[in-house]
Amino acid sequence: MTILTFTLILLAGAYLAGLLGSLTGLGGGVVVIPLLTLVFHVDIRYAIGAALLASIATSSGAASAYVKEGITNIRLGMFLEIATTIGAVMGALIAVYTPTNTIAMLFGGILIFSAAMTLRKKNEVALTQGSRLSELLKLNSDYPVNGKKIEYKLRNVAGGFSLMTVAGVVSGLLGIGSGALKVLAMDTTMKIPFKVSTTTSNFMIGVTAAASAVVYLQRGYMDPGIAFPVILGVLGGAFTGSKLLTRMNPKVLRIIFCIAITFVAIEMIYNGYQHKF
Amino acid sequence: MKKIFSKHYWADKDVEQLVGQMLITGVITASLVVFIGGIVYLTQHGQGEVPDYRVFKGEGAGYTTFSGIFKGVLKLSTTEIIQLGVLVLIATPILRVACSLFAFILERDRLYIFITLIVLCVILFSIFGGIKG
Repeated sequence: MTILTFTLILLAGAYLAGLLGSLTGLGGGVVVIPLLTLVFHVDIRYAIGAALLASIATSSGAASAYVKEGITNIRLGMFLEIATTIGAVMGALIAVYTPTNTIAMLFGGILIFSAAMTLRKKNEVALTQGSRLSELLKLNSDYPVNGKKIEYKLRNVAGGFSLMTVAGVVSGLLGIGSGALKVLAMDTTMKIPFKVSTTTSNFMIGVTAAASAVVYLQRGYMDPGIAFPVILGVLGGAFTGSKLLTRMNPKVLRIIFCIAITFVAIEMIYNGYQHKF
Repeated sequence: MKKIFSKHYWADKDVEQLVGQMLITGVITASLVVFIGGIVYLTQHGQGEVPDYRVFKGEGAGYTTFSGIFKGVLKLSTTEIIQLGVLVLIATPILRVACSLFAFILERDRLYIFITLIVLCVILFSIFGGIKG
């Protein structure tokens, strides 16, 4: 195959990955890893490097819009980024000692969990009573709903912080944004309304991914020939996805995609088990 | 000029606009650099055979160090121009943290100046801490 053909096919694949990641809410990086490893038979380490770049690109692009609308809780994001960046650096360190087959199987597991998380019941209730620590750290805030400001408070800050460290480790180890784990920490543990938790999680993904990306770049995981089509394709797909989302409610699509993703995840686990990575 | 450094000039809303603007500018700049490098890369090497990505070899110093990438860019080497775009992309969220630090300093929010500094230190450690293994 010539470089031109490879680039064009990968560009189209990355576009679909970005579109899928955006419509399901899984994020841009997650679909890139099975695309590169299962379809293009690229070594999983190159795939992780490319996926990190895709995560940074899509999360920064989307975050810019949410931040401007005032939905993102910047203080909360900054506070929890302590946990996710420390976790990400630990994950990148652990990755050196983890066999690639184990990484592939772990990835499959996280993928199934993430797909299930996108279909869960969402928390829309804003707490009126927060914990003392949330008060102390100035984490309680408000967000706009149909032009009105809704105040919310949060609790179990320590629990959320610990879960965020785990999300960071997973992100650093597998090269994904691990948005599902971040949302779990904020939604389920700290009781934040889902609109705030999803946008704040997205806001944090860029920094978390950058913390491990600088390590992986120096380790030589990022190949320009792969990075070029992946970054542009995923960004284009995510952009199309965000435009489509304002016009339709992809509930049925989301279920179909999540089932499809589950099969992909099972194949990753199976191939990892068979030592094919 | 005095106004810019006053506390009230920078309400939370302005910080949000600034952070949002900086993120989108970073992503667009990075994609443009990657795009330009990529197009020229294809015109020069498009007919060549795809390297065997099934085997992980790791990239050489030309793609993995700041000096290596900048040397390549100065020689107008296309792959290094793509890597420069990659660098800009990775730098975008890091600059966003620096930008928030500036905003918290103007707001005189000591707690969050401290929190932001911790995040920056962790990132600096991962860049310069020699943990690439």
